[in-house]
Amino acid sequence: MSGGETYRLHVDGFPRTVSGAWIGDSLLTVLRDALGVTAVKDACEQGRCGACSVLLDGRLAASCTVLAADADGARVVTVAGLGTVGLARAVRATFLAEGAVQCGFCTPGFVVAVTDLLTRRPDADADELREALAGNICRCTGYGRIIAAVQAVQRDRAVQRDRDAR
Amino acid sequence: MSGGVGASARRPDGPAKVAGTFPYAGDLRVPGMLHGRTLRCPHPRARIRRVDTATARQLPGVAAVVTAADVPGVATYGLIIADQPVFAATEARYAGEPVAAVAAVDARTARRALAAIEVDYEPLPPHTDPALALAPDTPRLHPAGNLYREIDVRHGDPDRDGPVVIEDHYVVGMQDQAFLAPEAALITPAADGGVDLRVATQWLHSDREQLAACLALPEDLVRLTLAGVGGAFGGREDITLQIHGALLARAAGAPVRIAYDRVESFLGHPHRHPARMWFRHTATRAGDLVSVQARLVLDGGAYASSSPAVLANAVTHAAGPYRVPHARLHGVVVRTNNPPCGAMRGFGVPQVTIGHEAQLDRLADAVGLDPVELRVRNAICPGDILPTGQVMGGPLPARELIQLVAARPLPPSPTAGPAGPTGLTLPGGLPAAADPSRVRRGVGYALAYKNLLFSEGMDDSSVARVRLDLAADGTPRASIHSACAEVGQGFVAIAEQIARTELGVDQVVLRPADTAIGSAGSTSASRQTWMSGGAVRGACVAVADRLLARVARTAGLPARVVEAPGASLRITAGRIVGAEAGLRLTLADALAAGPVEAEFTFHHRRTTALDAAGQGDPHVAFAAAAHRAVVDVDLDLGLVRVVSMALAQDCGTVLNPLALRGQVEGGTAQGLGLAVMEELVTDGGRVTNPTFHDYLLPTAADVPDLDFVAVTEPQPEAPYGVKGVGEAPTCTATPAIVAAIRAAVGRDLRRVPVRPQDLVDLENPVDLPGAPGGDPPA
Ligand code: FES
Ligand code: FES
Repeated sequence: MSGGETYRLHVDGFPRTVSGAWIGDSLLTVLRDALGVTAVKDACEQGRCGACSVLLDGRLAASCTVLAADADGARVVTVAGLGTVGLARAVRATFLAEGAVQCGFCTPGFVVAVTDLLTRRPDADADELREALAGNICRCTGYGRIIAAVQAVQRDRAVQRDRDAR
Repeated sequence: MSGGVGASARRPDGPAKVAGTFPYAGDLRVPGMLHGRTLRCPHPRARIRRVDTATARQLPGVAAVVTAADVPGVATYGLIIADQPVFAATEARYAGEPVAAVAAVDARTARRALAAIEVDYEPLPPHTDPALALAPDTPRLHPAGNLYREIDVRHGDPDRDGPVVIEDHYVVGMQDQAFLAPEAALITPAADGGVDLRVATQWLHSDREQLAACLALPEDLVRLTLAGVGGAFGGREDITLQIHGALLARAAGAPVRIAYDRVESFLGHPHRHPARMWFRHTATRAGDLVSVQARLVLDGGAYASSSPAVLANAVTHAAGPYRVPHARLHGVVVRTNNPPCGAMRGFGVPQVTIGHEAQLDRLADAVGLDPVELRVRNAICPGDILPTGQVMGGPLPARELIQLVAARPLPPSPTAGPAGPTGLTLPGGLPAAADPSRVRRGVGYALAYKNLLFSEGMDDSSVARVRLDLAADGTPRASIHSACAEVGQGFVAIAEQIARTELGVDQVVLRPADTAIGSAGSTSASRQTWMSGGAVRGACVAVADRLLARVARTAGLPARVVEAPGASLRITAGRIVGAEAGLRLTLADALAAGPVEAEFTFHHRRTTALDAAGQGDPHVAFAAAAHRAVVDVDLDLGLVRVVSMALAQDCGTVLNPLALRGQVEGGTAQGLGLAVMEELVTDGGRVTNPTFHDYLLPTAADVPDLDFVAVTEPQPEAPYGVKGVGEAPTCTATPAIVAAIRAAVGRDLRRVPVRPQDLVDLENPVDLPGAPGGDPPA
């Protein structure tokens, strides 16, 4: 049985309307089940694993801990909406090149979280990277290749910055 | 041709995974599908007097309700022994056991339907202490009794003793696989009376066999296709929701999506066996092992799962990779009213490694040797006799591994560096950084070996079919068909690499894994690269042979060339070359005459079962690993930070260096989890922490960089000389970390995982329940 709520979201740049939702539905539930946005993953629904990470009005959020009602009118960006250019593209490419993907179920959340982190803290050192990414669980990789991928993006962008400065 | 064997070839599923478009089982949806959910018994043991589904069936939106009464075929299933009811009928044996399932138009209606099912339970006293499972006054918890298996290995003269004796008890808690994507399947009834499943599993054909038996269908009407799998680690080897979903889909006559959330995932699949272990090691004063005695009690929980095979691994590996002249290794795996336990990465070996490595450290202490030196002195070598009487085949560079890992540079001391430690690098991290003066550092080592592939005489095999043809653009293309379950480990890349190397093509496509082809066996036991890699290679070789024979025939070459074309012609980088015959043509030209296809079944060498004295040739091969762990411990809060991990591992030939690295890093992290945080806690049989909030998993802040050295001696008889690599490091990471914590705090720490309360001076220190140092279990 569904409820009677209607939410208007901007998901990955497109206006999307959800009707017949329940007042208690999480943003994750609405994205996956009502809108079919399965790029957002559900692994714990407790805010403990980061698989459901999105940007909510530009801020990193675990969509399972956000009420869809509270996201009404907000801009939601999933891994699919991060774009195919710039930082997000570099993050995806290095994840592949550095072997940061195994089963890949954590990957969409990591790509969102890493893109957000490198936007805010492009020069974070390894300890800060590890602490900042501790909200995203990966059960397969042991994180070594994920950290290597993030650092590869940092290196590439530092080279790029130097080149631009000259 | 690039991206062949030995290259760090990329995963073909990678681009979809980073884009978020890779379809996992839980992402599958079809129009008109129903939502399946499972009703589970809340009691660890209960008689079921009545299950009344009438109200639930009448709820609007409910399409089907099924219980034990609706199982048309065999009422029970299981990987090795079919002792687990599809639904509990008259008695439930663990808290979380399925009793009924419903399919409804949406998930919320399905939940309401579950609430409307009335079950009249008569709770019975649960029996949750594995040490009492075989006691005369413990009732039989199942018609098959409470003993899943007992193994007694006698080697040499088990009563012989050395002058130095170390004897103690150890306990290992229950670990969960905690693969990230919870169980899910999309199941569709077919017009021919059969059923089609798209499911995340480790072993399509075992699922099919069990499904067909319970559904009373011929196997060819039960068709499975692998859906995207988000990790497995043993936790998807058993059936969970497959039969329930198929019953619902057939009852409703509509597709059913059935999926677990995290809580249900924790309740729904078997876990790693908790273990109680007693060890007695004796040695000469110089530190040469004389004898090992071990008594193991593994808690199998309510149903058998793979318990019998797990016990065989635990017992046969209980003395570790050491030369032991005399041994008595005894183990039982028993039934209790705890959650069922089965396969998890390492499969019985991590538990005993925790025990034998703790013993080795104490023995080193007793004889005044360094822990590394003692291991070097006793490490097993090819040609040595194992406690089962099996001759250790080669290679097994155990001695070299422990030496290699000990030689790796140590991390800087905790107070080194200009600024000293920041909160981020202290135990407790950002939220609870330790007072640096109250931090103690410790270093620990562990060495282990782990069997590869299926053991004890099983004639295990894997089938692959390969087709070589021309793609639409006229370029040669190889297509591979295998039922090997890709669960994240990277077989998809390995299979493509093998085809590129053997057939000299760039373009390789992998058909979906399904039951339209023969079994590839389970994605477990470190077996797929060897077994299914061997099958793909065999099929490629047969394809090449057929194509070359056709080319030879067409070119009018002599009959001896046509019969054994590989001797004169070869495929290399998109060409077929025959120097002797003066022949050279492109692969594309050769394929213009039509595609070539071949199927190959790979078998490993035969092993034997264990006899009554635990003697035989049970294991196909072994891989070894050695870890060194460095930890910092906060003496006030009992928090542990793993500062560095070094690993030397026996890897065989490396087919994909990047994938190897991913396996050993992931395996190390799971061992770290068992050492210091991961435990599924039960209270009177009920799991008290079935969420990621309460079951802690290692994060990026918990797992240090891995300093990794691969030893790459090829394994004879294995394709390309490979060894499985995923399990050995999980076995050694835990004991190395626990050893490092012992070294830091000077406590025995006989219980794993090590918890903060085991490390700080509480009034009632918690270490080992029961009688440490007391009598061995009967
Ligand atoms: S599903 Fe949202 S944090 Fe795990
Ligand atoms: S790759 Fe499997 S959870 Fe991260």
